[in-house]
Amino acid sequence: MREGAEKMSASVKIGYYPGCALHGSSNDYEQSLRACLGLLDVQLQEINDWICCGATAAHALNHKLSLALPARNLALAERDGHKQLFAPCPMCSMQLLKVQKAVAAGNGLRTELSQIVEADLRGDGEILNLIQVFQTIGLDKLKAAVKEPLKSINAACYYGCLLTRPPEIVHFDDFEQPKSMEAILAALGAKTVEWNYKTECCGAGMTMSSEDTVLDLAHKILSNAAVHGANCVVVACPMCHVNLDMKQVAVEQCYHEKMGMVIYYLSDLVGLALGLSAEQLGVNRHFVTKA
Amino acid sequence: MDLAPNQIIRTVQLGRTTTALRSRAIWECVSCQTCSTRCPKEVDCAAVMDALREISLAEGMVATSEQPVVAFQQAFLDNIRRNGRLAELELIAQFKTAVFFHTGRPAFLLKDAGLAPEMGKRKKLHLLPGKVRDRKLVERIFAKCAKGPKK
Repeated sequence: MREGAEKMSASVKIGYYPGCALHGSSNDYEQSLRACLGLLDVQLQEINDWICCGATAAHALNHKLSLALPARNLALAERDGHKQLFAPCPMCSMQLLKVQKAVAAGNGLRTELSQIVEADLRGDGEILNLIQVFQTIGLDKLKAAVKEPLKSINAACYYGCLLTRPPEIVHFDDFEQPKSMEAILAALGAKTVEWNYKTECCGAGMTMSSEDTVLDLAHKILSNAAVHGANCVVVACPMCHVNLDMKQVAVEQCYHEKMGMVIYYLSDLVGLALGLSAEQLGVNRHFVTKA
Repeated sequence: MDLAPNQIIRTVQLGRTTTALRSRAIWECVSCQTCSTRCPKEVDCAAVMDALREISLAEGMVATSEQPVVAFQQAFLDNIRRNGRLAELELIAQFKTAVFFHTGRPAFLLKDAGLAPEMGKRKKLHLLPGKVRDRKLVERIFAKCAKGPKK
């Protein structure tokens, strides 16, 4: 039975909704997860002609649009026959799950959204975040594939807002004290720290429109990770990475403190443990690097 | 925040809707969902914030200091209506222009300009971002979700 399962895992195919960030300035995240998942024999099948999920702008300004845009992507994934859909951005994946929950309530919304997006929407597929993709592969398999145990890593696992919230929509991990990333890092031979800002917000999409908010939040998160002895922060979200990595110089300037905290995507650390190089994963394209 | 999430809810309960609609708090809210998740009465404060933002914009009651946040979100939606996916550089240009016309502060146009070469070095800038093939459909989705004229 085990051998059979392994054989099957040799050709795991999952639907893939990259979202705008991963095809934009967070393309290092896409490079990282493609390199890492490729090595684990997971084939990502990008949904044909996907559109933006609308993110904060849609849910803040136009409720119906905030349901319609993800609904189009769900319908496209269903049309392409994907039973599992991987959305590496927690905003995208939460929006997809929100639509599934809304149509499941059965108040005619499914019909209305199908009409708006001009495609039949069922809303029954499984939506996966990055952590869940690794859980699906299996931590035992991951552990067995480790070539370079991450002995020097002492990470603060940072979940941010939307991996665990709202819990009644995402149904993922403990929403106050999540532990799923820590379990993956343990399988890679890395240590993790207990700290206070695991699920605090980094300011997400306010990076440009309200920079002070982002700098304040990023400063608190980075400082707390450092105080608890972390030598890096691990994220599974493109916006968290932007605010903690790209904006870190601005945080340092604003608060007159040297932080120098390396921010990894979860797939970076899995990839490094599997023997991939920093260049293969795009880690050399981050703003804060070890050098 | 001029009003905490619980105060926003109380303000609405007391019928002082205008105070909530004109508040800075509804635009300073980062939609982190913490208030909804922790509310002992299970009030979905974050959803109420969304509703208040939508009404505040429709009624022309956005607090002056929060115009940049609104300008950013409007530019974002306009960008995806036309491209189907976000074109980041275009969004930045749109947003900066909108805020410049609003505030008349030229310094804002150049703020963060130093980031561009740093992003370029890291291959994080895309002059020609991918667009959706069926952009007419995206326009139709936006049109069908557009709200009717409000008095």
